[in-house]
Amino acid sequence: MQQRRELDQVYINRKLLNGQLDTPKWWAPTVTFLGVVVVIGLVVISIMINKGLGVTGLSRPVYWGLFITTFVFWVGISHAGIMISAILRLTQAEWRRPVTRAAELLTVFSLLTALVFPLIHAGRPWRIAYWIMPYDISRGIYPNIRSPLIMDPVAIGTYLTGSTLFLYIALLPDLGNLRDRTTGWQNAMYTVLALGWRGNPRQWKMQTVGGILLSALMLPIFVSVHSIVSWDFAIASAVEGWHSTIFAPYFVIGAVHSGVSAVVTMMALMRWLWKWDDFIRPEHFDALARLLIVVATGWLAFTFLELTFALYGQDAPEIALREMQMFQWPWNMLFIIFFLTAYLIPVPLWLFKRVRNNIAMMFWTSILVNVGMWLERFLIIVPGLARRTPFVYTWEAYRPSGVEWMIFIWAFAWVTFLMLLFSRFFPLVPLFEAKESQVFTDDVMIGRAKVPAIVREAD
Amino acid sequence: MATAEFGSHNWGMVVDVDKCIGCNACVIACQAENNIPLNTQDRVERARSISWIRVERYWEGDFPDAKARFIPIMCQHCENAPCEPVCPVYATYHNSEGMNVQVYNRCVGTRYCANGCPYIVRFFNYWEPVWPKSLRNHLNPDVTIRSRGIMEKCSFCVHRIRRVSRKARSEGHEVADGAVQTACSSSCPTSALIFGNFNDPNSKVSQMKEDQRHYTLLDQFGTDPNVIYLAKIDADKKVGAGEAASHG
Repeated sequence: MQQRRELDQVYINRKLLNGQLDTPKWWAPTVTFLGVVVVIGLVVISIMINKGLGVTGLSRPVYWGLFITTFVFWVGISHAGIMISAILRLTQAEWRRPVTRAAELLTVFSLLTALVFPLIHAGRPWRIAYWIMPYDISRGIYPNIRSPLIMDPVAIGTYLTGSTLFLYIALLPDLGNLRDRTTGWQNAMYTVLALGWRGNPRQWKMQTVGGILLSALMLPIFVSVHSIVSWDFAIASAVEGWHSTIFAPYFVIGAVHSGVSAVVTMMALMRWLWKWDDFIRPEHFDALARLLIVVATGWLAFTFLELTFALYGQDAPEIALREMQMFQWPWNMLFIIFFLTAYLIPVPLWLFKRVRNNIAMMFWTSILVNVGMWLERFLIIVPGLARRTPFVYTWEAYRPSGVEWMIFIWAFAWVTFLMLLFSRFFPLVPLFEAKESQVFTDDVMIGRAKVPAIVREAD
Repeated sequence: MATAEFGSHNWGMVVDVDKCIGCNACVIACQAENNIPLNTQDRVERARSISWIRVERYWEGDFPDAKARFIPIMCQHCENAPCEPVCPVYATYHNSEGMNVQVYNRCVGTRYCANGCPYIVRFFNYWEPVWPKSLRNHLNPDVTIRSRGIMEKCSFCVHRIRRVSRKARSEGHEVADGAVQTACSSSCPTSALIFGNFNDPNSKVSQMKEDQRHYTLLDQFGTDPNVIYLAKIDADKKVGAGEAASHG
């Protein structure tokens, strides 16, 4: 535990509301640039919808490619929010406090982005209404609930609703704070959004109870979302590399791995961009890196189990697929990069305390993890389809087109854009949590040294 | 079932690989019958060609005793089709006549069915279909032209089945064996493709199905296809039932 400054409430307010009350200079140019990228991406998406999926690199039999990979990637990232705020809240890990909101935001925005991909990926996106909603009741045609593609929107929709509520409940005290510090239209906006927050004991109690209840309710959804996404692949019984029974837990733990890493990336950026050194401290990075070591190693175990299960059956096509995935060009290159970035480089580094407390190192290692986790999804999805199957004269025919890469980039710009836009109007670090953690901390004397300690309230 | 009073049907096909000479007449007939856009060089190079039936080459045996074989492959109309449960909008389902049917109007183009299919016989329309001007008037009015963004596959020439069974019903008799011919089976010069009703024990397909050479493609997936293959007979080798069963 490091030495820590005693922060007074005025300082917390001024520092954490700097995004809203005095916007940093870099904000407007960055948001404008991202806005341009987002608009270009939207134009590319419209062109694709207008012209048809012929503009992608997809073929037969590689019917799913970059879009589905990116969809799974963003759903994975979205697992950060609940992991950090719900699970750590229920386990009363105090260090979670400054990161909770950023993590929840990441959940909401990455889900919003993930949802776009299956929809634009459909051949006729203007018809998706009756994919998702049983609107055609008069003809007796319901969506096919046996299909994981029906379970997907249900799971993601529930997750999105839940996390938005969760985010909003945690935002209420800060909205009240902002309402009291702004004038004009901003004041009017915060007044409406704050829902009459006055900070009396009853409201605090309800806010806390609501947060805890939602945390508990979100946990099963958290597990179900990525399980269902994994079933998109796992139930395709004829596709080697897809039809694995281990996919649900494997995908969930992989999602936590990539999601928590994304939170680390974001924390580093927040610390650098808004100068929140007093709030996002090396000890937080340290704690997250420790968590990541455990999660990543669990994920590694599942990766090996998946391979073991695949090879245990000694099924010739399955062995051929693994051989292609790991040893044949260009898949072997991707596989090596995947393995280095998702585990072999970051995790041994995190074993050193110096790395865990070094913000720049944590930033870059967490980026590496997400490069690796994206490749992991790609290596699951595409080789399974591109493999050589009996009686087919086309295979291995996939090279993502420029349009696909543009939309891929759009997704990253879009999430960052939403994030920055949010930061202009709402605090990224919860003020009340920062203050609460001050209340819960105290200094204890150990010998002559004054060491900060965390005390919890009795209830 | 609409056709119940005229006998229930379980349409299927028997493919005698031994008779197939690989002439590709079935491929062309299917292309013309079902309004399939031309497989231009560009489409083939991008691996986006559409051919509801294809003659696929494969190798049998190990070098130096390897033999090049060919086999016609179309939608197997599986009783236990992997493509059906995954479709979110019921665009593909099993009908009461043993066929795996594709409802173009429902399809939203998730392409999930194509990923599930082990025979890779489902095709996606990446572009709006186009024909040269000279071919516009050759399109078959009985068959829907599929717009871009939807899946298509062998329909067992369902429009021909409907036409014949409608006529039979109006005339008050059952559909005679051999009255329904798909485009591929009617064009096959060696009668390697036989179409008929498996529910009728006297039909040609029902009897051919009992041949000791019969097998189904990729039966390890348990798809229970309605297309039955009869194994190739090697001129220089005596084929027993055991070998026929392991074939393919």
